[in-house]
Amino acid sequence: MKLPPFEYACPTTVAEAVALLASHDGEAKPLAGGQSLVPMLAFRIASPALLVDLRKLAELRQIKIGQDGVSLGAMVRWRDILDDERLAKAHPLLVAAVEHVAHYQIRNRGTVGGSLAHADPAAELPGMVITCDAKIVAVGKSGTRTIDAASFFQGPLITALKPDEIISEIRFPAWQAKRRFGFEEFARRRGDFALAAAMLFYDEDGGKARNAHVGAIGVADRPLRLPAVEQVLNGKAVDEAVIAEADAAASASVDPADDIHASGAYRKALVGVMVERALRRAAA
Amino acid sequence: MPVTFEVNGKPVSVEVEPRLTLADCLRHHLRLTGTHVGCEHGICGSCTVLVDGAAVRSCLILAVQAEDTKVVTVEGLSRDEGLTPLQASFRKHHALQCGFCTPGMITTAHALLSEEPDCDADRVREVLSGNLCRCTGYIPIIEAVLEARAAYKRGGNGA
Repeated sequence: MKLPPFEYACPTTVAEAVALLASHDGEAKPLAGGQSLVPMLAFRIASPALLVDLRKLAELRQIKIGQDGVSLGAMVRWRDILDDERLAKAHPLLVAAVEHVAHYQIRNRGTVGGSLAHADPAAELPGMVITCDAKIVAVGKSGTRTIDAASFFQGPLITALKPDEIISEIRFPAWQAKRRFGFEEFARRRGDFALAAAMLFYDEDGGKARNAHVGAIGVADRPLRLPAVEQVLNGKAVDEAVIAEADAAASASVDPADDIHASGAYRKALVGVMVERALRRAAA
Repeated sequence: MPVTFEVNGKPVSVEVEPRLTLADCLRHHLRLTGTHVGCEHGICGSCTVLVDGAAVRSCLILAVQAEDTKVVTVEGLSRDEGLTPLQASFRKHHALQCGFCTPGMITTAHALLSEEPDCDADRVREVLSGNLCRCTGYIPIIEAVLEARAAYKRGGNGA
């Protein structure tokens, strides 16, 4: 339906944006690409008094790649990630994940900061920051703080951000060469939200996995790490028996609820299959 | 509030409420009713227009966000006389029936073919998966877009 009424501001600095948010006492919302927020407005799930458009904040659009990892400005779009050829080497798992994000037109507008702030439990990037131990940099009236991804998501569409804070940057730790990785998602139509997806990586030492990181989306009220699966992998060669054990451990780790898209039992089975497929891809 | 941008090559200036979507601005304020509004929440793709060359859903953009951009609607992808190669290909392959989704299909296909004139059938399918059509079953649309590639490859813009 038509959007509810709101005021609109388009600041040219981050400080100005934060001041606008702070002065509205929780009634203002930042607008990044608008690909999640505008549907929320159309459904009248959200009805902020003020939208603070971040489109003029050019400093939030940078992708930086260095020895300490990959930094994505909050206003980096999905399209920008797929167009940046450096990322195929600097963070191949990120590229694999973003290939599953939304449809063509949405990828031209949707942003990484917007996805994290929206915190859909079936969205790819929230799962990625959890899996990769990324850090989320937020700017508010009391300054800049860095939030561990592990404590960022607090429930469906609920994050650790305060009403006056905007995400400025997402920092992924450096990717190791020769790292093994896989991202597998099942959705009824590619580009739709995942019914379930698994993302994982590990390094190898004498043919055995170490430093395994495994995450899943679409199977809880927030993105999950699956430490039980990581435990299965660490110290072992990833063979058929280990893959089967990881599949079972993934399913046993989650307890998804039934919803209109799928039953909980289906998602529970599916996340195991996604882990299995991601491992096969990683080990290939 | 006032907003100024370019539509199909012409500068426009309109007075809008912040909550007005670009889709409704195009249709109601500028009378460019070729842009169709299906779902109003970014699912169906009917309202796709080009903003600074990129295909986007005009129901998920506020008109005020279009400030200083160049917008092209389906009207901007047609000629005064005769059909463009993309339109001709849609007719040849019967790639529309009721026509409701067609503006979104044309704008999306135009953006794709302008950027990737060598795209294969899988890529066309993936890109058009964001546009719903309840009549054709999609196959004629895919065929039409694939055939129109030739017009874009020849260095033309197909439109």
